[in-house]
Amino acid sequence: MSELSNDTMLLETPFHSRIKALCGLNDWGNWAGYTTPNAYFDVELEYFALRSTTGVFDLSPMNKYRLTGPDVEAYLNRLITRDVSKIGINRVGYAIWCDDAGQLLDDGTLFHLGKNDYRLCAYRRATDWLQWCALGFDVNIVDETDEVAGLAVQGPTSCSTLTAMGLTGLEHLKPFGMKNYEFEGEVLMVSRTGFTGDLGYEIWITPNKAELLWDRLFEAGKQFLIKPIGSYALDIARIETGFLQAGVDFVSSEEVIRPGRSRSPFELGLAWLVDFNKPLFNGRKALLAERDKGSRFRFAFLDIDGNKPADHSFILKNGKQVGTVTSAAWCPTAKSNLAFAQLEMPHGAVGEKFIAEIYYQRELHWTRLLAPCTVIDRPVFNPARRRKTPAIAF
Amino acid sequence: MTNYDALIIGGGHNGLICAAYLAKTGKKVAVLEAKDTLGGCASTHEIIPGFKVSGCAQWLHQLSPDITKDLQLDLHGLKYAARNLPTIALGEAGSHITLDGDGVEGSGISAEDQIAYKRFHGKMLKYAKLLRTAYEQRPPKLVESNWADRLTLLKLGLGMKRMGRDDMSDFMRLILINIYDLMKESFDNPLLQGAISLDAVLGTALGPRSPNTVFSYLHRQIGEVYGYRGVSQVAGGMGKVGQVLASSARKEGVDIRISARVTRINLEGSRVGGVTLESGEKLFAPLVISNADPVTTFASLLGFENMEAGMARRVSQIRNNSGTAKLHLALKGLPRFTGVSDAELGNRLLIAPDMNYLERAFNPIKYRQYSPAPALDISIASINDPDLCKPGNHVLSALVQYAPYAPDGGWEEHKQTFTNIVIDRINQYAPGIKDQIVASELCTPADLEKDYGMTGGQWHHGELSIDQVLMMRPFPGCSQYASAVDGLYLCGAGAHPGGGVMGLAGKNAAAEVIKRGNQA
Repeated sequence: MSELSNDTMLLETPFHSRIKALCGLNDWGNWAGYTTPNAYFDVELEYFALRSTTGVFDLSPMNKYRLTGPDVEAYLNRLITRDVSKIGINRVGYAIWCDDAGQLLDDGTLFHLGKNDYRLCAYRRATDWLQWCALGFDVNIVDETDEVAGLAVQGPTSCSTLTAMGLTGLEHLKPFGMKNYEFEGEVLMVSRTGFTGDLGYEIWITPNKAELLWDRLFEAGKQFLIKPIGSYALDIARIETGFLQAGVDFVSSEEVIRPGRSRSPFELGLAWLVDFNKPLFNGRKALLAERDKGSRFRFAFLDIDGNKPADHSFILKNGKQVGTVTSAAWCPTAKSNLAFAQLEMPHGAVGEKFIAEIYYQRELHWTRLLAPCTVIDRPVFNPARRRKTPAIAF
Repeated sequence: MTNYDALIIGGGHNGLICAAYLAKTGKKVAVLEAKDTLGGCASTHEIIPGFKVSGCAQWLHQLSPDITKDLQLDLHGLKYAARNLPTIALGEAGSHITLDGDGVEGSGISAEDQIAYKRFHGKMLKYAKLLRTAYEQRPPKLVESNWADRLTLLKLGLGMKRMGRDDMSDFMRLILINIYDLMKESFDNPLLQGAISLDAVLGTALGPRSPNTVFSYLHRQIGEVYGYRGVSQVAGGMGKVGQVLASSARKEGVDIRISARVTRINLEGSRVGGVTLESGEKLFAPLVISNADPVTTFASLLGFENMEAGMARRVSQIRNNSGTAKLHLALKGLPRFTGVSDAELGNRLLIAPDMNYLERAFNPIKYRQYSPAPALDISIASINDPDLCKPGNHVLSALVQYAPYAPDGGWEEHKQTFTNIVIDRINQYAPGIKDQIVASELCTPADLEKDYGMTGGQWHHGELSIDQVLMMRPFPGCSQYASAVDGLYLCGAGAHPGGGVMGLAGKNAAAEVIKRGNQA
């Protein structure tokens, strides 16, 4: 007779004991093979903690790759589309990488830790691609996903909280900057980065100090109304500020099976990350051709009338479908009904008007709503405190 | 600063042919050859002073007649010492069979096999003709095809349809299977089965039971479409082919530089700008066309770091194993092969008594060992071409299947033993030949790699297997001579349609360069 195993199929993050204790809803999801909380107590209250005080989100499942070696800068410059040499030491850059066909494989953040020393955080497992890309380069690639625990500490009182925890001088850290502190004999790396579009930090520590870090953080943050937040609340915040989510707003070209379902950076509004001044990077030739010949799709932010989120809506022009929505939310702070849409070219210029075909249900009753919507330049939520240095204390 | 319109890396036959065709259209072309001789695998080599032999390829049997005509090779001195030589499959104790055109004769061959061979030969010729359609132009892309590609596909499709339903379905069946099964269903005679099987595996790292060996046989049979009946022998050795092509190219205005090894393909921004030579000299041109194999071209000369990662990955996956070594013997007398008359001694002699012998010879290379009983394709070139050595002396060369690229322990340790094995094997069919040997020389795949710059010692610059031919040669995205690096082209055997001294890769590459030049 077989014994019941205590092993679950999903892994636990180094913060799991603390998260479990706080996760009153017991609502769990699977993020990259880890058990992660969808919500702790109330999605909306969690969201408002992010926007009004401080929300803490466990980032540990993020795939992290340590890239070192004499050729690492050249390697990264071939790998990603932007110019890596412009990301100085102790700086972080948002980055995307493509295959040879110029189709997006993934996005992530690149941390320049030191001379010839980088960490790449990626949405997808990337070992295979990173290794293939190493042909011809003297680089060392180590998957340190399990060796680095991370928390996003985001919101207006985040700087105050972390300062209260003893991270003195943090207010001087510029957006996309990073700084090392000492924490219980270990290095605590703090970067002014995040996925919420607000003042916020991400803090990184060795897993054996994770629980202690959590405890200290929540102790210090008590007076600043710190709250843990789950992935549902984070999702609203990232839509509100206009951040793409890999796997939701685009499918990695490595996962795409059907032709035409992958997307180029141009088709996702990411042209600003493509630097053709570099003579070589993966996808350059194909992207150059696309730039000259035109793209198939255009990414657009849609401001939709009414308050019904346009999840999975068709976008219509003169009754004809010209696109679909990939992400949508009613954004409470911005007080706007926002959607990310993929529109067939040439549609999607700022100011162009469409109809969003929204379906929603109340008490088993489905309603079809044809909501007028307009392409806007960028999302409304973009507070000044996001960029202010020194950070404003709340 | 630009020295030339195009620089060609490597003065192999394809490089010279490509250069000549380009120069005909008025382009200023330079061929840069690392060695001090031209022709690449079409080479004449001195074993010891006074004994000359074809160094790599030993027979001419596939050279495109269009090229011979366009480049006026006859005028430039291409002469045959012997044409249309029959093939003798050596049997035990002199019981040989002889293949000549569509006929086969000899001891023990049945009337049924003779009829079957005639039919088989005709059928293979039909299939090879279909390949010719594909071989004489750039391979079509299957997706995003333009009209030129569609036309090629259409011709291929029509060609297949024209064969009739039975032949067409048989073609589809055979193209992926192995020569062993085809021989089993075609003939009874083990010598005949062995001889055809050897043709199917020469130059490859495949055995008769390996899939795809019918395709490699058909590739070889292209020669029959081009009017060769069996093999021919070039006067002066295969090196003469290189000289003749060089002479023709020079006449078209091509600059040919020997002892000018290219060590680097240089980029200007994101496109090719020229090359650097071993001497440090830099040459500039908007086009660089490489006759070197794709791995040498992209991995060594350009560098993986200078191409997009997907391409680097493809290059790293090219299969270029070879199982072929080359033996050269300098002989102080006329060798005697049991049952072979003096008049027949200049023919092509095979030692491949049956298919299982060949398969057993193949087995060891899978485990980095050499064959204890190898199969051989032998040429005693001095019979037809006495000028190769002094009167009374002779030279023998043999293609040897199978030797691994890198045996366990290294070739240093094994080379003499393997040489003795090969010589002993020949001695069994030519008793006494051992005592006539003045000098011997075995070129392993590793030696062929070094001497002829072919990665893996692979004749075709990449195995000629279904996954690496046509629109997959050398790899998808690089199949129409132009690589993803602007201005960098391939013109060697690694490109479509592959190797064998055929010249079509060089000719097709030139056509593609000219075509793209006109578009720009």
